[in-house]
Amino acid sequence: MSDTRTAAPDAASVLEAARLVLERDLTLALRRRGQLVQPLAFFVIVTTLFPLAISPELARLREVAAGVLWVAALLASLLALEFLFRDDAYDGTLEQYALSGQPLTGLMFAKTAAHWLLTGLPLALMAPLAALSLGAPPDAVPGIVASVAVGTIALSLIGSIGAALTLGLRRSGVLLALLTLPLSLPVLIFGARASELAIHGEPYVAPLELLAALAVLGITLAPLASAAAVRISLE
Amino acid sequence: MREFLDMGGYAAFVWPSYAVTLAVVVLNIVWARSSLARSRAAARRRLAAAGADA
Amino acid sequence: MSWTWFHRLASPPHIYRLAQRLTPWFAWPAGALILAALYGGLVLAPPDYQQGDGFRIIYMHAPSAWMSLMVYTTMAVAAAVALIWRMKVAHAVAASCAPIGASFTIAALVTGSLWGEPMWGTWWEWDPRLTSELILLFLYLGYMGLRGAIEDPQRADRTSAVLAVVGIVNVPIIHYSVTWWNSLHQAPSVMRLGKPTLSTPMLVPLLMMMLGFTLFFVAVLLVRLRGEILVRERSASWIREVLST
Repeated sequence: MSDTRTAAPDAASVLEAARLVLERDLTLALRRRGQLVQPLAFFVIVTTLFPLAISPELARLREVAAGVLWVAALLASLLALEFLFRDDAYDGTLEQYALSGQPLTGLMFAKTAAHWLLTGLPLALMAPLAALSLGAPPDAVPGIVASVAVGTIALSLIGSIGAALTLGLRRSGVLLALLTLPLSLPVLIFGARASELAIHGEPYVAPLELLAALAVLGITLAPLASAAAVRISLE
Repeated sequence: MREFLDMGGYAAFVWPSYAVTLAVVVLNIVWARSSLARSRAAARRRLAAAGADA
Repeated sequence: MSWTWFHRLASPPHIYRLAQRLTPWFAWPAGALILAALYGGLVLAPPDYQQGDGFRIIYMHAPSAWMSLMVYTTMAVAAAVALIWRMKVAHAVAASCAPIGASFTIAALVTGSLWGEPMWGTWWEWDPRLTSELILLFLYLGYMGLRGAIEDPQRADRTSAVLAVVGIVNVPIIHYSVTWWNSLHQAPSVMRLGKPTLSTPMLVPLLMMMLGFTLFFVAVLLVRLRGEILVRERSASWIREVLST
């Protein structure tokens, strides 16, 4: 694989390749809007289940709103992971990436970024609606958007590892959840705490910073792991 | 002896703890030996198959 | 620097025979230590001044919890070595670790719960150590699930090795976040009984038990390792020799 590479690609061409991958993924995804909407619809439905299961009293729902929101966001982002590599693995695109001579780590990062733009960001924009319906005050909206937006960066990165590890397995759905959920628990803890503080009108910067730290750590390490896993799956 | 078994009233918690953990210890011995035996049997079968081909 | 000695040392037949020869050297001391520690912990150690004889659960709980983490670390280190130097034997070590570690994690959870009932008055308390232990069990289950789901043995080895390394990076993060989370919600978990402060006659059996469990782990690992090496080995000549004994 790497033997075919004559010289190390320079930084500019790496960025260019990453940008092309990002653009390609976004274009393809926008052609298949149904797939995009599914995790969002799932998110809305799950958050609707709780008032029906617990109680319609907003005062009671407000107590659990942050937790409900985050569990729903975690499951929705998990649901979207199956699409991350599946089509590219089927049609050989991943193999092309691995052989392209560009560092696979950078391309994995671009794919994960596209995945976040297509699922994490829309989830962050939907989250306030769900939060308001669960009794959160309008003042909480910025905090909720920020925490879900930052938290889903980390979730997408962790998820990209799980998706890469389960590449090519026939029934990967439950296994993907089993691999990804335990690793996502710190994100859930900090994210839910940030949202909870926002809902109660308290400063939420501390857990948000911890979330950002997780996201940065994920940005530096997760693409390495998922690139390694993709290479193994292609051998 | 009875006093020892009673564990100062904590018998219902102490003895099950010891039973479960020591059961895990014993099971690990059993599992390890049976997994080695399985691998040896499989290797033997492979050798026999290779020998039959040759 | 010459690496030939290293490769000879790590060659499957050599490791297989070495594992066979070393097993009793770990197994017997482990058995002796565990028996001595049982006697020390159940008979010689005085009851705790607050928890009475209930504290004796520590001689099972703490060594099990220690095993759960130590075995996971061993597994991840072996996996990293296997990925970096492409060593089949290290993959075999990692594969051998998972069931051992998972079983002791379950023991730690059960004994923690049994200890929780007299201490906290509930069978399950979301205390940070038990919660971390539960998540560690999930990590083990994920590892074993992934390994079981991949049919090609080489791919199973290398894929699960990546997961083990990712997992060990996450273990401290998970532990920190769980501790942080727990510190926010301290109020309901008021301990009915104080934590035991261990005097020397209480501490010595505990350390002996932990050492005994560690040696036991090595002995069981060596037995499993031989099986895992056989599964991965195709070269007939030395296998024939080994199987005849």
